[in-house]
Amino acid sequence: MAEDNKLLESLTQSEYKYGFVTDIEHESLAPGLTEETVRFISATKNEPEWLLEWRLNAYRHWLTLTTPTWQNVKFPVINYQDIIFYSAPKQKVKLNSLDEVDPELLKTFEKLGISLDEQKMLSGVAVDAVFDSVSVATTFREKLHEVGVIFCSMSEAVREHPDLVKKYLGSVVPFTDNYFAALNSAVFSDGSFCFIPKGVRCPMELSTYFRINASNTGQFERTLIVAEDSAYVSYLEGCTAPMRDENQLHAAVVELIVLDDAEIKYSTVQNWYPGDKDGKGGIYNFVTKRGNCLGKNSKISWTQVETGSAITWKYPSVVLKGDNSIGEFYSVAVTNNYQQADTGTKMIHVGKNTRSRIVSKGISAGFSQNTYRGQVKVLKRASGARNFSQCDSLLMGDTCGAHTFPYIEVDNPSAQVEHEATTSKIGEDQLFYCNQRGINTEKAVALIVNGYCKDVLNHLPMEFAVEAQKLLAISLEGSVG
Amino acid sequence: MLSIKNLQARVEEKEILKGISLEIGAGEVHAIMGPNGSGKSTLASVLAGRGGYEVTSGSVSFNGKDLLDFSPEERAQEGVFLAFQYPVEIPGVSTTNFMRTAINEVRNYRGQDEIEPGDFLKMMKEKMQLVEIDQKLLSRSLNEGFSGGEKKRNEIFQMAMLEPKLGILDETDSGLDIDALRIVANGVNKLKTKDNAFIVITHYQRLLDYIVPDFVHVLYKGKIVKSGTKDLALELEEKGYDWIIKEVQAAAV
Repeated sequence: MAEDNKLLESLTQSEYKYGFVTDIEHESLAPGLTEETVRFISATKNEPEWLLEWRLNAYRHWLTLTTPTWQNVKFPVINYQDIIFYSAPKQKVKLNSLDEVDPELLKTFEKLGISLDEQKMLSGVAVDAVFDSVSVATTFREKLHEVGVIFCSMSEAVREHPDLVKKYLGSVVPFTDNYFAALNSAVFSDGSFCFIPKGVRCPMELSTYFRINASNTGQFERTLIVAEDSAYVSYLEGCTAPMRDENQLHAAVVELIVLDDAEIKYSTVQNWYPGDKDGKGGIYNFVTKRGNCLGKNSKISWTQVETGSAITWKYPSVVLKGDNSIGEFYSVAVTNNYQQADTGTKMIHVGKNTRSRIVSKGISAGFSQNTYRGQVKVLKRASGARNFSQCDSLLMGDTCGAHTFPYIEVDNPSAQVEHEATTSKIGEDQLFYCNQRGINTEKAVALIVNGYCKDVLNHLPMEFAVEAQKLLAISLEGSVG
Repeated sequence: MLSIKNLQARVEEKEILKGISLEIGAGEVHAIMGPNGSGKSTLASVLAGRGGYEVTSGSVSFNGKDLLDFSPEERAQEGVFLAFQYPVEIPGVSTTNFMRTAINEVRNYRGQDEIEPGDFLKMMKEKMQLVEIDQKLLSRSLNEGFSGGEKKRNEIFQMAMLEPKLGILDETDSGLDIDALRIVANGVNKLKTKDNAFIVITHYQRLLDYIVPDFVHVLYKGKIVKSGTKDLALELEEKGYDWIIKEVQAAAV
């Protein structure tokens, strides 16, 4: 084992590839959080009175709360007065095409391999690029407009579609939900809004690239996606952030609403800066993601590949209200070095014959801690509810930890709930077998890990599955045990 | 092709191989036999470079190169193949995918481009027939839920795909019924050319009815104590190992 650890140590040198700072003038607020901060953010965005009130209520509620401590992660106390709550790239005129976008900004996207130009021409993916808190470029708007799909920044949605925002904002995750949801509601800077009207199948995958840039900026995104009756949309969220020494807080809220016979497929590839190999720096990713299957026969499917962040704390959940609705959660969570993840899902069965499926694959390496926490709850009237959960953990080396906390609560005797869990290690035998066929250890680890994650990766849209596979390989470079 | 000189190796503090010398030429098949615990599988592991085995003395030259200097993957890329006694399972990775990765790694090592998907498929089809293996099996996760016979056939299939210069079969016959044994042996016989060589490690003479060796060596307590032709294998089958052990002990006195 000592030999392995040496190998592990010598090879765990894969530094974060996306660590650079883009030099763009920022319009930032002084650090700190008061009622004035909230008013400033709202005023900067010319928000209507009702939204300011909502933010202020959230802020006042947040003041009454304390940071939750039940999760299986450790971090120093966050001083919210040290955080800058608003930072927007300076941009005076409204842009009509990419040519007008700050070239520095475009360069950043290129370094990340997500050149908007390229995306526009080749992939047919409409990108709503969130760069530090404000959306600066939105593509394919017109094509989407033709079929009635609204895909824009949250700020724009507040201006252009206030009724829709007012109707749905906070309807799935109220600001009273938890500490970070309250904080987000008070100070959210921007995010994405997506509305698929009745009967429309969104003609392309919608995608947002989030990126945290300005130093010491808390990032508070707000995403709201509504699919009306029989509508369908596949949405992808992908993330990278530059290297920073100070820990950066990210507390996003994502709300999904699906009506009768509608479906939202929400995929995430998260690669935020995890801190260096000694556990210094890295993003705190404290996110509330929840979907509400309001309509009958509706479906929400979360797929996530989480390789980044110093601390990940998130439980993409589904409330299955509509009869026959379906909730799915497919997850790969990788932790290496000193990363900590406490992630999983909640499936709340409210309606009749509701079904949920959970497939969670945790991979721990280095000195990391990887926790699966999942809740399956079947309410009294949810007769015929069914759930299947599979939680697998893969350990690399002998200095990491994997933990599983399943919570199952069933109030209806006709429900069927199944839970399976396994813990395994990448064996020396497996690695030697691959070596003996000419495959080096790095490649062998990638091969074995990708095989282990196959059930989840299969649920990602094709091009992102390929990206995710590469990301898994990069994240685990050298973590042989 | 392969020249082993006075090879000594240990696992942890235990000496297993105590000075093995063996010359193997192209086009030859060598059988290595011996009672349990004589060091047969250790020899295979040392040649393939498995971790945990320490070579304390001696040398192994493979086509003029120092084999012991190479990492396990380099040895494979140089053309050494080990058919495992206990093939491992890799969930979620199909044999097809596994083989494509392996072949491309080997090609890369040799400065060749990646294999064209069409060529790969053609090659697969051809080699599948050779070992009478079903394509469905190759689409499944590598060795997961395979029967003993299927695993061994898969090993021979992989050997056929990688076309090694030296194939080492480590007790490939263990746990095989007679039909599977025949299929495996036929595969090896068809792969045999004047340019490659095989080391067939076995406890029983049975396999050698099908793969006829040019030379038979008996390994006992980490040393080759007797070498001969295929007749030696027959003699062992008839008389067991005891008479050789006695010979060795008599010589030692």
